Amino acid sequence: MDRMNLSAMLRDMLLARAFEEAAAEEYSRGNISGFLHLYPGEEAVAVGVLHAAEPGDYIISTYREHVHALVRGIPARQIMAELFGKKPGICGGMGGSMHLFDSTRRFLGGYAIVGETFPIALGAAYAITYRHLPEAVICFFGDGAVNQGTFHESLNMASLWKLPILFVCENNRYQIGTEIHRHSAVVEVYKRACAYAIPAEKVDGMDVLAVHDAARHALESIRSGDGPQLLELETYRYRGHSMADPGSYRPSSELLAYQAHDPIATAIQLSQSPYPSLEDIRSAGPDCLDQLTDHCSNNELLDEETLTRMKQEVQKIVEDAVAFAQASEEPGMQDAWDAFLCNRRFETLMKSPT
Amino acid sequence: MKEMLYWQALNQALDAEMAADETVFILGEDVGLFGGTYRVTEGLMAKYGEWRVRDTPISENSFTGLGIGAAMLGLRPVVEIMTLNFALLAMDALVNMAAKIPFMSGGQFSMPLTLRMPGGVAKQLGAQHSQRLESILMNVPGLRIVVPATPQDAYWQLRQAIRSNDPVVVLEHELLYFTQGRMDEGAKAPAIHQAVTRRSGEHLTCIAYSRMVQLALQAAETLAKENISMDVIDLRSLSPIDWDTCAHSLEKTHHCLIVEEDCRFAGAGAEIAATLQERCFFLLDAPIQRLGGLDLPTPFNRNLESASIPRTEDILTAARQLVNPG
Repeated sequence: MDRMNLSAMLRDMLLARAFEEAAAEEYSRGNISGFLHLYPGEEAVAVGVLHAAEPGDYIISTYREHVHALVRGIPARQIMAELFGKKPGICGGMGGSMHLFDSTRRFLGGYAIVGETFPIALGAAYAITYRHLPEAVICFFGDGAVNQGTFHESLNMASLWKLPILFVCENNRYQIGTEIHRHSAVVEVYKRACAYAIPAEKVDGMDVLAVHDAARHALESIRSGDGPQLLELETYRYRGHSMADPGSYRPSSELLAYQAHDPIATAIQLSQSPYPSLEDIRSAGPDCLDQLTDHCSNNELLDEETLTRMKQEVQKIVEDAVAFAQASEEPGMQDAWDAFLCNRRFETLMKSPT
Repeated sequence: MKEMLYWQALNQALDAEMAADETVFILGEDVGLFGGTYRVTEGLMAKYGEWRVRDTPISENSFTGLGIGAAMLGLRPVVEIMTLNFALLAMDALVNMAAKIPFMSGGQFSMPLTLRMPGGVAKQLGAQHSQRLESILMNVPGLRIVVPATPQDAYWQLRQAIRSNDPVVVLEHELLYFTQGRMDEGAKAPAIHQAVTRRSGEHLTCIAYSRMVQLALQAAETLAKENISMDVIDLRSLSPIDWDTCAHSLEKTHHCLIVEEDCRFAGAGAEIAATLQERCFFLLDAPIQRLGGLDLPTPFNRNLESASIPRTEDILTAARQLVNPG
């Protein structure tokens, strides 16, 4: 891993953390409402996997997808404006936090019904094979999604027709408030893939280098026509399921253990989130972000000054995004009709009676 | 111009679209080697290969979702749900994804997806295989629903559905597959959602769709002998609905009878009656009448089954009553 790639990944992780903390703040200010699912703690997953993606690959994500969109290259301004429900948002304010789409960046959407990402991935991959293209589909899902019928239906078809899909399980061990041992008879998600003859691997999802390495190898093989693969990435979300969830079902020792056992400290200390408490954060070890910064520092790939500059840079991007979203205009009802009728523009519709 | 069976017309429509556009492909249970349970995809796998005519496992939600994902990348999938009863297993794909993705994406993605579903009350298939689900689907903004009643319309509307960038549900009636009708491949098709007057009359308007059009036409024949002339409108599309054609007819007849095979409660007829009375209240000489299926799961017993949905005699009685009350 060269210095440029490393620093690009670190920058994206810092941006992701800063973006989500800003979103939380705007939520508490009432500028964002509805469901808001945040990503802190899981950054190594999105960044590690998506830095291994080519522009020709397709991405499908869940309702916790701001960071996937951000890392894929959708400008922070357009994502934040969408979270605010504003007209210049990436979906014109029609999608919201859980439904980010970007056709030009091949971002096929965030889906808010658990288990929907599988069949969409299946269809995109079918189209790729249909056209004999060397592209792949990256399908994100959580540990809670593996008990949905679509998981099994889609893994079966993907394997049957050797479709180019990388299934990426973001295993944060909780389906909202139900811990994995209480929702799954087999808690090692990767083991389920063998029922469909799909190669699968479990990787430390807090280690961005390990994630990136595994994703890169898997994607290379998938693009060359070897069929689907599955990666189970063990990770942890620091916050509750959504902003409406304080996460009180989890012992604080568990949260601390995760933060301590893997790499975190500096970046979190700098974050402004009231949750977990500053005391908790200070007493915790390094998280995925710090794991990477430590790696960079230890190998003399990154000096303190560069890191500080990087943090300032992402903070500026996020502040600019918030200001942009705040100042943006609201969409009108005509914009909603235009979005709805987008595909009918070449047809004459019957007038409705009213 | 030739005579053709309904299923053959659908088969020809698929063949024509697949030959014209290589992004068109078919998927569903037993559509390939087996040729489709109603023969609609017969011969197509041999002609176009397995990537264009894909036999799927029994996984309705996911293979319908596959169609949606492929449509997002610009293919034109034609998903066959073996019977519409199984479409209930694909409602998430249909309602939460196909109908909403173009909108939620702010218009970035189109959804050129066609879903074919055989349904309706056939011959003693039991309650789980004798449903009509149009009213459920009509309540989903973003779906188009067509209900062809003739081989010609089956041919036209399936081709139009495949070419549409909206998701289109094609509801095919199981008792129509082996009915015969004239088919002219070269004739100019009306718009996919346009209603058609099948028979002109002056005393009352009968609005029907799918198989009920046949019954309405039979009833109109009998009524003519009693000097009651009935306008018969074939809606052809349930979303959107061509209100203008209905309203124009009411300007002439001032009486309206709606016939649907689906359960009467909260059915398509309820929407049609409500909208037409809002729009045409002062044209009407009598309340709009609805004739629908009983609000009952379809009985298996032959006599009870046939009595659970409108029959020609029921249309005759309702029409006479409407025109000559008391």
